[in-house]
Amino acid sequence: MAKVDMSVNIAGVTLRNPVVTVSGACGFGEEYKPFYTTADIGAIAVKGTTLLPRLGNAVPRIAETPAGILNSIGLQNPGVDVFVTRELPRLREEGACVIANIAGSTLEDYQAVAERVADAGVDLIEMNISCPNVKEGGVAFGVIPAMVEKITAAVKEKCGKVPLIVKLSPNVADIAENARAAQAGGADALSLINTLIGMRIDIKSRKPILANKIGGLSGPAVFPVAVRMVWQAKKATGLPIIGMGGVATAEDAIEIMMAGADAVGVGTAMFKNPMAPIEIRDGIERWCEEHGIADVKEITGSVID
Amino acid sequence: MNPILAKGKILSNRLLLEGGLLYEMKILTPEMAAGALPGQFVQVDCGEGTSLRRPISICDCDDITLTLCYDVRGKGTLAMAKMPVGGEIDLLGPIGRGFEIPEQGRVLLVGGGIGIYPLVKPASLLGGRAKALLGFRNASLVNGVEYFTDYGAEALVCTDDGSYGVHGFVTSLLEEELKAGDATVLICGPMPMMKAAAAVCAKYGAAAQVSLEERMGCGVGACLACVCKIKVKDGDGEKHARVCVDGPVFDASEVVW
Ligand SMILES: Cc1cc2nc3c(=O)[nH]c(=O)nc-3n(C[C@H](O)[C@H](O)[C@H](O)COP(=O)(O)OP(=O)(O)OC[C@H]3O[C@@H](n4cnc5c(N)ncnc54)[C@H](O)[C@@H]3O)c2cc1C
Ligand SMILES: Cc1cc2nc3c(=O)[nH]c(=O)nc-3n(C[C@H](O)[C@H](O)[C@H](O)COP(=O)(O)O)c2cc1C
Ligand code: FES
Repeated sequence: MAKVDMSVNIAGVTLRNPVVTVSGACGFGEEYKPFYTTADIGAIAVKGTTLLPRLGNAVPRIAETPAGILNSIGLQNPGVDVFVTRELPRLREEGACVIANIAGSTLEDYQAVAERVADAGVDLIEMNISCPNVKEGGVAFGVIPAMVEKITAAVKEKCGKVPLIVKLSPNVADIAENARAAQAGGADALSLINTLIGMRIDIKSRKPILANKIGGLSGPAVFPVAVRMVWQAKKATGLPIIGMGGVATAEDAIEIMMAGADAVGVGTAMFKNPMAPIEIRDGIERWCEEHGIADVKEITGSVID
Repeated sequence: MNPILAKGKILSNRLLLEGGLLYEMKILTPEMAAGALPGQFVQVDCGEGTSLRRPISICDCDDITLTLCYDVRGKGTLAMAKMPVGGEIDLLGPIGRGFEIPEQGRVLLVGGGIGIYPLVKPASLLGGRAKALLGFRNASLVNGVEYFTDYGAEALVCTDDGSYGVHGFVTSLLEEELKAGDATVLICGPMPMMKAAAAVCAKYGAAAQVSLEERMGCGVGACLACVCKIKVKDGDGEKHARVCVDGPVFDASEVVW
């Protein structure tokens, strides 16, 4: 059998394979170089970038949970200037497909960052309106459908030719409604899910483990929620989707693709296994071979429901 | 060297302290051991039911083996204690910026509790130039002194309650030593002890390095979970440095305590 076509398409941008390393789990792609390069994966979504540098939250910023983790990094990042001048040229040279993940406190912040990264020539822009870890970190924009539509439309204006992905929060009443709101605002694609809000308490000290008290839950614990939401968002919009949330194996990736994801995000799984993105990529390819699938895109939305 | 993923073979995994929860594990892992430096650590995969690896310092190493000494604190370290000799252990390492061992001069190794162990490898390189100042809560917790003396380092022990060795804190021993003469000081132990020891070093103008601890995610510098506050060089600001790769060893004078 001929080789499997592993490429996928997100809003007109071709990814060489469906595996995306998710925002916040892979920095700007430098740290995982001993294990894989950004040329080995479909795309890299870089750390959430804001207009000005952010120091982030106090420590502890991470806690283990059953089948997952809680984090409250608080969008620590060097600011959009550093991203554009230092990280982006290097990523370009490596042959990365770059998804700039943007965040902000105000609508104007989002617009300004979007304009900078669009001008700098990233492949895709992912607007994070779902960070649970900073008060003004966009959640305000991500929960109410009318706000989702408003900010999407405002930011889309500044993206020029670069397609805009709206990253949806799972901490909402009806994901389908929020997905439709993003589409109405002009989103070219969706990514979901961001983390679910959670909390852990050390029963010895009676104190929350995280300094921020609450944080975002990710890892296998959230996987069924992610599958359900991807399925609903796809049905509601038909937009290209990067599905993420607890994907740890090739089988998980195939499952979330069947639910409607065009590409698959891998984050928390890397902390245990730095090779996870590569193993997932190769596992998907093998599965396609074994099942006589010539084009990985055939998996997307193939759930029999 | 860059960190690698490797499956080591467990050569031994023994309880160090009678009635205690302290273990020593020797692991055959040639590629990782050969590149390991004093003060670096490994991220241990503690198996089913854990979603994060556990950071454990390299206590000692030679060309083919690593020695880890660890306290059973929770799920992960308990799983380590149960790992069978002859079995495999999945490691990510060696990680981080370790201790800078001065070419010459006297070196004081200041350790508290489980924090004494990352100072063993420096002792092996320093031999008679090193003097270990080791603090424990009480006599029943005193352990590991021979790791230092076996390498030819002198070792002074103190306990908080005076039930063994000198009565008092390791910082008092440190102050006596620095009064007697200059030295480079390597410090590892509980946060309050490191803070106090760093203050003593600052008072006497002694160069000090501290090995910090923080909860970790990736262990490779990507997730920004493990940060500590560091003074910005030539400025008055503060920034976050990653304990995993910018540390775990920092110049004590840069740390914002
Ligand atoms: C750089 C570094 C070197 C270390 N070296 C050693 C060593 O040589 N020997 C030793 O006994 N211990 C060492 N520790 C502490 C050790 O990592 C923790 O005791 C261990 O992670 C506890 O895991 P657990 O599953 O048993 O406990 P749990 O409480 O069940 O762990 C839950 C989570 O919290 C994290 N955690 C809990 N306590 C700590 C802590 N003190 N530091 C960092 N993370 C923590 C765990 O990694 C895990 O993710 C080191 C820590 C760091 C950061
Ligand atoms: C440590 C950490 C930091 C994160 N930072 C960001 C961020 O800056 N921007 C963002 O959009 N999502 C961020 N996320 C969310 C992830 O991109 C992803 O949506 C979520 O973790 C689910 O995927 P996973 O279970 O594979 O990790 C972060 C997640 C983690 C674990
Ligand atoms: S543990 Fe991820 S940056 Fe240090």
